[in-house]
Amino acid sequence: MDGVGLEAYLIVGAVLFVCGIVCMATKRNAIGVLMGVELVLNGANVNFVAFSRFTPLGLDGQATALFVVVLAAAEAAVALAIALNYYNNHLTIDVDRGNELHG
Amino acid sequence: MTEQLLFWVFAILSCGGALAVVVTQNVVRMAFWLVVSLGSVAALFFLLHADFLGAAQLLIYVGGTVVLLVFGVMLTASGHTIKVQTTPAETLLGCGVGLLLLCVLVFGINSVEWSDVASRIPKAGDSAAVIDQAEDVRLESAVTSAKTDESRDKAKNAQEAVLARRQSGRTLRQLGLSFFGLRPDRNLNQEPGKPLAPGYLLPFEIISIHLLVVLVGAAYLARAKRRVTPGLEADL
Repeated sequence: MDGVGLEAYLIVGAVLFVCGIVCMATKRNAIGVLMGVELVLNGANVNFVAFSRFTPLGLDGQATALFVVVLAAAEAAVALAIALNYYNNHLTIDVDRGNELHG
Repeated sequence: MTEQLLFWVFAILSCGGALAVVVTQNVVRMAFWLVVSLGSVAALFFLLHADFLGAAQLLIYVGGTVVLLVFGVMLTASGHTIKVQTTPAETLLGCGVGLLLLCVLVFGINSVEWSDVASRIPKAGDSAAVIDQAEDVRLESAVTSAKTDESRDKAKNAQEAVLARRQSGRTLRQLGLSFFGLRPDRNLNQEPGKPLAPGYLLPFEIISIHLLVVLVGAAYLARAKRRVTPGLEADL
């Protein structure tokens, strides 16, 4: 039984990571930027779990991935609250308009 | 064979969903593609024998975080804000840089001999995949080398029992034990007197308090504020 190797999972993780980075860089909608962050964290999680299966790392990778999932949920909650506040103050969610602290 | 097929299906779904999130300009559709991508990643976790993590991913990410994001879209979308686009030049620049980064990562992954790296980690038991494979080979040889029908039946039963055990979820108990420093995959059968691995209880407590504080802070930040108009201050 020849399963899928470590490299294939790492490449999936890399694709998710790059998609998240491009999403964060090119979206002007604050919620789109948040989705990019979620994609980046998921790419990292795929790597953690793949390493926990294919190397002697064991369950450490899975435990870390569990913490990452919880932290991502917390991050999404706070970032969304900030986005709502931003919307209340600016009546838009375009991140390019938030340049009041420009100096 | 099935595993490979499932891997390719879910790998393509997750990567395609992530690409669609980048390409789509409508925020609501982006949320949908995010659900596809995150759900496929959960399926990949199941394929990696991390069933508790896959379930947590489905519950927390797909069930919680994305719903939160969709609520954010609902509360902030009003006509013109639902489509805020970048200029084509910026998009092209971003995609070019992203492609370069992807090339770097893929070349980096391919240039490392991963079995060497795995063998360089201090030996504390082989990886789960290697153990499974060795067990498969051993059971298969027991079946083929059996002389009598009776012993062959016995070996086949043992093989099926191992397969059934492997297919039933078994990471929840292991994960819970690892929080106390007991590692079934590593040091449960070790010689007495050796200290246990450090557990995850302290990080667990820290992250619990962190989550509580963050949620209280988020509720405080997002609360509905009473708008104070200059003329009405005397009434308040």
